[in-house]
Parts: sequence; C-alpha cells; structure tokens
Amino acid sequence: MNDTFDLRISESHIEVHKFHGGTILLSLILALMLQGFLPVYIPKANILDLPLLITIYFGLSRRNPSTGLLLGTFIGLLQDSLSKTPLGLFGIAKTVIGYLASSIGARLDTEHPLARFALTFSFFAVHQGIVVLVQKLLLAQPQPWFTMRLGVSCLVNSILGVFLYYLLDRFRKS
Amino acid sequence: MVGIPSRHRSLFLLTGVVLLQVLLLAVQIKRDSQGRLIRVWTVSAVSPVERSGAWGIGKIRDAWRHYFALSDTARANEDLRRENGQLKLEIMQLQSKSAEADRLAALLSFKQTQAKVPMIVARVIGSSADANSAVIYLDQGLREGIHKNMGVITPEGVVGKVIESFRDTCQVLLLTDRDSGVGAMISNSRIQSPVGGLGEPLLTMKYVGNDDEVNVGDRVVTSGMDRIFPKDLPVGTISQVKPGSPFKQIRVRPSANIEKLEEVIVLLTTDPLALKPGAPLNGSAATAPSASGQPVSRLTNTKPAEKHP
Repeated sequence: MNDTFDLRISESHIEVHKFHGGTILLSLILALMLQGFLPVYIPKANILDLPLLITIYFGLSRRNPSTGLLLGTFIGLLQDSLSKTPLGLFGIAKTVIGYLASSIGARLDTEHPLARFALTFSFFAVHQGIVVLVQKLLLAQPQPWFTMRLGVSCLVNSILGVFLYYLLDRFRKS
Repeated sequence: MVGIPSRHRSLFLLTGVVLLQVLLLAVQIKRDSQGRLIRVWTVSAVSPVERSGAWGIGKIRDAWRHYFALSDTARANEDLRRENGQLKLEIMQLQSKSAEADRLAALLSFKQTQAKVPMIVARVIGSSADANSAVIYLDQGLREGIHKNMGVITPEGVVGKVIESFRDTCQVLLLTDRDSGVGAMISNSRIQSPVGGLGEPLLTMKYVGNDDEVNVGDRVVTSGMDRIFPKDLPVGTISQVKPGSPFKQIRVRPSANIEKLEEVIVLLTTDPLALKPGAPLNGSAATAPSASGQPVSRLTNTKPAEKHP
C-alpha cells in the first residue's frame, strides 16, 4: 500500500481505480446481506452501516461524481427497501455521500489509512446529519442530532472501514 | 436550450436525484399504504438468500462445534482431557438442543392451549438494514395467511406487529422501535396507558399521572385497546419510575427477549381477540387477573382470520 497521500489540484493526475467484473455488485449485495443478517446473531452488529462504507469506498476509488452519486442512490434505495424507513431517506443521504466521496476522491489521493479513517468518520457524521435533517424536515420525526451510540457507531465504522477498504483494494485491477 | 457546463453536470445530476427522492418521500407520506413495489421486489430477492444464509450459518456452526472445536481440543489435551472436552462439548450441544426443544415445546404448548386462536410459528431470518429501526423479517408471509397489523408474540410476551407482508416473508416492527406502541395497563392497579419503544432495550409507559401509584416490579400487560393484541398478554415489568411533568417517567423491561429472538408466534387474525379463563398461558401471564378478578389465560378468537385479496 502507498503510505503517502498527496493533495493535488488537477483531477487528471489522480488515478481512477477500476475493479474486476462484478466486484461492486457483489460487494454491495454482500454488504446488504450482512447488514440484515449479522444483527440476528450478534445484536451489537446493528451499529454497523456496511452499505455506507461501500458507497464511500467506491466513491473514493472511482472518482467520478456522477457515478458516485448514482451508486449512492442505488445503495440507499435498496437499504430503504430493506428497512421500514420511507423510500428515499437513506437514498438522499447516500446520494450526497456518493457525490462528496467521489468529488473528494478526485482531488485527494486517499490511500493512506489515516486519511481513510478521517474521511469515513466525517462522511459517517455527514450521513447521519442528513438522515436526521430529512427526518426532522420531511418526516416530522424528531431525532437527536447526537447520541453516545452514534459516536461509538461513527468510530467503529471508521475503524472497520480502514480494514474493509484494504480488503477491497485487493480486487482492483492493477 | 441552455447547455450545462460539463464541470457542473454532476452537481445538476445530484440536485436532480435528490429532488426526485424528496418527491418520492413526499408521495409516500401522502399515500403510506400504496405502491412500494420496489420493497416487494427487493425483499423477495433478498429473503431467499437470507434464508439460505441462515441455513448455511447453522451448518457452519454445527461443523465448528462437531469438528473444529473438537480437533482443537484433541491437539491441545491428552486423552483424558480430550474425552472430558468431548463430553463437555456434547453437554453443551445437548443443552443447546434442550434449550431449543424447550423453546419449541413452549411455543407448541402455547399454541395448543390457544387452539381456537389461529396462529403460526415463524423463524426470524433477518433484521433491518439500518440501525435506527427495530425491524425483523420472518420466514412466513402471505402464503401462510400473514397480513399487515397482525400481532407477533412469544410465550413470554408481546414482540411487535407485522408492518408488511410479502409472499414468503414478512416484516415485523418490534416493540422497542420508536414508532412502536401497544395498548397496555398495569396488571394489579389496571391503570391504562400505551407502552412504546425508545429505540433502546427498555420501553416507556407514556401517560400515567403523577398521582397514580406505580411501583418498580409491577407487571404490565396488554389492555386490548389497540385491537391488535388480546387483553392480558404480558408486555413487561416496570423497572424505573420517576416523577415527570405532566406524567410519570416509567421505563418497562420487555417480557419477551426482543434482542435475541429466534422463533415467534404470529396471531393470524386482525379481529379483536378475547381471553377467557382456562388453560394457563405460559410464564407469568398464567396468574394475570382479568377485569373480573379471575385468572385469565386462554385466547379466543371471535372470528376466523379475514383473507385479504
């Protein structure tokens, strides 16, 4: 793994990573399965948001805001479909995260674990902020902006993200 | 037509996609019970995989218990210790099987004592894809006669209600969800108040006045007022009481082990159910007094389950 990361102004200097066929789809299906499956056996696992980690990773790697946001939309709507939330709640949040991740990925080289940790932490917080905002404004469901559980969730997902991204790096086309 | 500069195209796309989803949300808020075909498709596509996943995990778990754990023991210990380990392992397996048999026997016994109530035992095969909602998926659906708003219980107490039903699976909103609620009352004082979820393991009893006497340890049972659950099913036990304004702040520990559900019972009727004296309910509900002061325990259905088109 490259242990340095550079801030570059021009998008053209950043390498766009491509993946072996089906990697994105398989990762997405696996993430959604595990998201619904793990908490049945390990209740504490419900603090994970694997679909969000997948959105962030492929957004950062593909570095194309349009595909990033569409991937986020797709993942978010699937997640909504598997929850009791109205369709669009996670869709909106993950659309924005997909856009932000791919936009930032186009400007920063995000290979360093610390950079990945910090970005995942920030994206998780932004994601939760959007979810709460939509719940407050559109669904009239008062939700707290911050809880201790959310803080722990943010931290755990960021740590898991670093390892998950490292694993997903293996599936890149060299 | 005015062209969009290429560098701003993704921003326009973002705005468009977000606006579309806002509209989608708006449509759902207006017509909550219609549409949602994507939900049916997604759940139908995912549930067979979850079902096979549950099967696969069971097999892996069995393989681990039968082989790997045993071989670790064999490598690590001498013959006697190995034999001891084997015996312990067998005891664990037997205990696990015995616990499962007890659970299933409790379900069967409950079902037999409530013979007049149409009900079905279902296995939990998945949970919500987001951490904020307490939702589970069961391995039975429309084909077995499960419809929206049917009550879900275990012999220990109330679990939740069905919020969506698909062909072979259904979605259950657990009592611990923020949006969940059940008509309830305190067993000995008969003070009525809805009990709802807080998104955490404990429940809350919402509208009990400061003048009413409520004690920690009091049992909370269903009042039957929600017309989903029959009267006097155990909901939980009061674990905390604090004065509040204008109502007391009461926390209730659910009777059912909602965080670790494996099998549940779905009441196959959306008609009001009534309890009548007779065979005891499993667990603490057995001695729950009825409004007339008699022990109540048998569920009686007034009408057969209505089949929805």
